[in-house]
Amino acid sequence: MAGKTAQSRLSRNRTRSAWLFLAPMLVTLFVVAAWPLGRTVWFSFTDASLDLISQARWVGIRNYLEWVDWGDGTGQYYGLLADPRWWRSVWNTVRFAVVSVSFETLFGLVIALVLNQSFRGRGLVRAAVLIPWAIPTIVSAKMWAWMMHDQFGILNDMFMRLGLISEPVAWTASPDTAMIAILIVDIWKTTPFMALLILAGLQMVPQDIYEAAKLDGVPPTRVFRKITLPLIMPAVLVAVVFRALDALRVFDIVYVLTPNTDATRTMSVYARENLFDFDQFAYGSAASTLLFLVIALITISFILATRMDLEGNTT
Amino acid sequence: MKPGIWQRIGFYAIVIVIVTQAVFPFYYAILTSLEDGQALFEVNYLPKALNLTNYRAMLAEGVFGKQMLNSVFVASVVVVVSLFLAVTAAFALSRIRFRGRGLLLLTVLSVSMFPQIAVLSGLFEVIRFFGLFNSLWSLVFSYMIFTLPFTVWVLTTFMRNLPVEIEEAAIMDGASSLTIIRRVFLPLMWPAMVTTGLLAFIHAWNEFLFALTFTSTDSQRTVPVAIALVSGRSEFEIPWGNIMAASVIVTLPLVALVLIFQRRIVSGLTAGAVKG
Repeated sequence: MAGKTAQSRLSRNRTRSAWLFLAPMLVTLFVVAAWPLGRTVWFSFTDASLDLISQARWVGIRNYLEWVDWGDGTGQYYGLLADPRWWRSVWNTVRFAVVSVSFETLFGLVIALVLNQSFRGRGLVRAAVLIPWAIPTIVSAKMWAWMMHDQFGILNDMFMRLGLISEPVAWTASPDTAMIAILIVDIWKTTPFMALLILAGLQMVPQDIYEAAKLDGVPPTRVFRKITLPLIMPAVLVAVVFRALDALRVFDIVYVLTPNTDATRTMSVYARENLFDFDQFAYGSAASTLLFLVIALITISFILATRMDLEGNTT
Repeated sequence: MKPGIWQRIGFYAIVIVIVTQAVFPFYYAILTSLEDGQALFEVNYLPKALNLTNYRAMLAEGVFGKQMLNSVFVASVVVVVSLFLAVTAAFALSRIRFRGRGLLLLTVLSVSMFPQIAVLSGLFEVIRFFGLFNSLWSLVFSYMIFTLPFTVWVLTTFMRNLPVEIEEAAIMDGASSLTIIRRVFLPLMWPAMVTTGLLAFIHAWNEFLFALTFTSTDSQRTVPVAIALVSGRSEFEIPWGNIMAASVIVTLPLVALVLIFQRRIVSGLTAGAVKG
């Protein structure tokens, strides 16, 4: 019996030390994430401005939506939800996310399938594939900005030589091609990440399945559709969700490559521009809050859908 | 059955396309950085000049050296601090059973899904409150939001898979938890710590939004912000040669790290996702 109480005291001590060990990390995360998030949401309901943050007063949902009556029976809606520029940036963000993630998945799958073969120089190819991932986003945006330069850019030169275009294209400056320019850079930069995640999934497929299929004389395309694809689907899905969440908050590329165009302004760019450039701190906070809600919803539904095992009880 | 010759040619053609598209932009940036004056404005596919003027110009400009040091300082301190916080937390999360453990881990992990923009205005206030605005510490502090969840997650899964026996002996000997972490776990955790440390370093080195918002003078900028803000007096005077030289200088250390630690980085990147 004495042994039992000693043991429970030991386990209580261990529980206490657990919280002690967790405290520094939890406090840091609270100060750096939870509290600022709460403040952002609060600011979105106030009249805060950049210089007078601390004197913010509650104004209700005015930053989101407000009906202004002109006194003669007519009026107009103001606020974020009535701002066409906001909806334009929502549309830009969604379009960017869908197109970029689709292409990244497709190219990532191709690269992963190639890297999953054994051939001479595979290590070198994998190293080369990682390079775009390693280059800072800002640097890749600048590199491509130079390659896409309307007069001296190598991309125009290349496409003209190949006869794809008849005259130089102002990739980043023209509203018609600005979004394409952003997409090219983003797809180039993040396909490696996708390829690696899918490759990890491919390498977990047991080899004997392929051998059995080979013995039965199943054609390769059928093997891919009926065996490989279903087995790597979970890995692909995880990669797609990770990338989609990333794509929805895109900021760096747009800010550097095509600043100040309606054609590419995304939700993050819209929010920051209101926060720090237009001195509309509260309004920008409202935009940040909405972006957070969108991403939170997607994340929660993903976690619920996959029922992630976090306790580690199965191991 | 050997694959036919056409199949092999097709396969290697794909390999060549993959390698070319991956490497070409960086190759072209190096090429441009070595050109000067008029040569810059001619499209060359092969190196023609080996002119170090752009590099000399960047390095002679004292502030760029300072900005490099800023980046090195911020990224290194971020790695040390986040590894320290994460190892202690991972110990508690993986080796001690207590109520709410799973929920806690879920909460920590969910922070990594936060869009940085969502905390920007709140963080701005906190940083001004602590008097950290335009200080490198504001970056060290704010970068914890993306390095901590990831490091805690990977180190926790790694520690969880270590056998129970290794610490039982130490507990029997009456060693304190801190001693157990230092003497028993740290020596075993090097591989995981190198991987997460590297990824944290790369992430901190590349970060842009916080660095752009929380610093305001040239001497406090990190390199990505400095490169983004280089401009000429007009669109026609943008010093592309200098920008490319600076880009090559900040990217080379990263490319070297990635090539040397290829396997570790790949395993670290996939650990976060696949095990989930």
